[in-house]
Amino acid sequence: MSANGEAIAVHDVCKSFGSVHALIDVDLEVQRGTVTGLLGPNGAGKTTLVKILTTLLKPTSGRASVLGFDVQRQARQLRNVIGLAGQSTAIDELLTGRENLEMVGRLYHLGGKVAKHRADELLDRFSLVESADRQSKEYSGGMRRRLDLAASLVSTPQVLFLDEPTSGLDPRSRLDLWAVIMELVREGTTVLLTTQYLEEADRLADQIAVIDHGAVIARGTASELKKRAGSEFIMVRVLEKGMLPQAANVLLRFSEEEPQLDEHENTATISVANGSSLLVEVVRALDAENVVISDLGLRQPTLDDVFLALTGRTAEDAATSREGESVDGD
Amino acid sequence: MATNERTTSPGTFSDGLVAGIVTEARYVVGDSVVMAWRNLLKYRRSPELLLFSTVSPVMFVLLFVYVFGGAISTGPISYTDFILVGILVQTTLFGSTQTGIGLAEDLQKGMVDRYRSMPMARSAVLAGRILADTIRNVFVVYLMIGVGMAIGFRFHGGFWPGFWVPFLVVGFGIAFSWVAAVIGASVRNVETANSVGFVYIFPLTFMSSAFVPVETMPDWLRPIAEHNPITRAVDAGRAMAQGGPLVDDVLLTMAWIAGITLVCAPWAIWQYRRVS
Ligand SMILES: Nc1ncnc2c1ncn2[C@@H]1O[C@H](COP(=O)(O)OP(=O)(O)O)[C@@H](O)[C@H]1O
Ligand SMILES: [Mg+2]
Repeated sequence: MSANGEAIAVHDVCKSFGSVHALIDVDLEVQRGTVTGLLGPNGAGKTTLVKILTTLLKPTSGRASVLGFDVQRQARQLRNVIGLAGQSTAIDELLTGRENLEMVGRLYHLGGKVAKHRADELLDRFSLVESADRQSKEYSGGMRRRLDLAASLVSTPQVLFLDEPTSGLDPRSRLDLWAVIMELVREGTTVLLTTQYLEEADRLADQIAVIDHGAVIARGTASELKKRAGSEFIMVRVLEKGMLPQAANVLLRFSEEEPQLDEHENTATISVANGSSLLVEVVRALDAENVVISDLGLRQPTLDDVFLALTGRTAEDAATSREGESVDGD
Repeated sequence: MATNERTTSPGTFSDGLVAGIVTEARYVVGDSVVMAWRNLLKYRRSPELLLFSTVSPVMFVLLFVYVFGGAISTGPISYTDFILVGILVQTTLFGSTQTGIGLAEDLQKGMVDRYRSMPMARSAVLAGRILADTIRNVFVVYLMIGVGMAIGFRFHGGFWPGFWVPFLVVGFGIAFSWVAAVIGASVRNVETANSVGFVYIFPLTFMSSAFVPVETMPDWLRPIAEHNPITRAVDAGRAMAQGGPLVDDVLLTMAWIAGITLVCAPWAIWQYRRVS
């Protein structure tokens, strides 16, 4: 194992699929016991990196290791110490939740008894006891995700890879899953997770690597990234489009930058340093100018804002330009 | 932890090697059994699959015997005695395409991504698939022989030759399971694996001695049918069940089984392992 406490080390990794360069010279270090968030839009290369680190794909060039095991030369040993919950859930729909976990345990060669015991433990922990003996095809999206995550934990892995663990979940299930992941982290598991949401990375990750077009374009803590994106946003929606210029004029008093106007949504947005304390003043000022508003909000920066600040493009643009580039849509 | 046992350093080199091979073999067998168990559970859980693999072959036996039975002359043996071995072979061949479909499904659904990220034996996914399909074929073959006997089928060739008929048929099915595995691991798509299966199994079984005697076929078709491995397997099975010269056909069938397996098994494993 590596002496310096690195759980994951990635050096100059490139990965090409024909003419598509999914990863370009990626460097990444993850210390033991920490959580790293890989943040990027669709098609940025997140899944590709996770697959390389879990021995599902070979890098075109460069080196990568997990707990000191090289992904290519020591794949076997590496597989003993990791867990993976991939982007699409890998659960067997015809098996019950319990059978799914027991099967994974047996394939990890835990032995029948231990596999059973471990399955019980995980079912309990992931609140799946009641539905443990139902076929998993009857499970809701949130339950599937939990079962999938449970399956990735059967062997008590030291390093856990989660590829967009909450994508497609309703807000409630997302919160539940976050709680579970945070608990794992408290127990000392090293986690690499990918996400498209800054908020998720903020909640879960100690450090974040922003990835775009296969390259890491920024690293830092969530608050560092947020600072670069402008700290908070106040959004005002006017009742009639005609009032938008007036609203913009009022907002200008609260910010050094020009407000961003959206003519379709009838909204004006400014970035501010201390949004919550300004909110009331903004409302008063708008009222004094007789601007009628239908909605008002304070918003944290999102991946989009970070992207805009870092690249001058929105994350959505990055994802679309990526789609045009790839040969087939997978 | 329990899962780390494999990383402990071996003793002497040869000790480590032997122990390593023994452990590896244990894992291959154990993991294949787990995978086979999982695949067989699908038949219990998914009634339509079970229906497909039992009711339809039985229906085939009944339909062929009662619909074609009067129309096709099969010389000295009755059509029931003639057709049953043909349908046994046809059914196991269709059953073998399930190997490819199941494999494609696993690969398509991302199930295999989890298996690949685990320290299990890699060949177990394939081996477990084929083991399960073989067990199912054994079950279906005996069921069909039972139904056949209920409507007049008899082994006229003696006990021991007859005893080996299911082995021959199921062995032949295993060879074709490997063919299907190559297809499933290559296309990695359930629908494609399914239709490709039909495209080769249908002509292959109909251009053979499975349903009608080869002598009744047109001149241009006869040589094709004669060289069709299915004709060899069906003729071998028929001779075993009904008597007559069988050594050549049995040896040829075994050669086909060995040949197909030797080519397709490594090919399937290679296709399955193929990672970009
Ligand atoms: N097997 C593949 N063959 C060809 N291109 C691929 C393959 N896998 C991924 N890609 C391409 O690589 C890029 C990165 O994909 P991916 O790692 O899945 O991104 P993310 O997970 O961030 O959405 C995309 O442009 C995608 O189309
Ligand atoms: Mg992805």
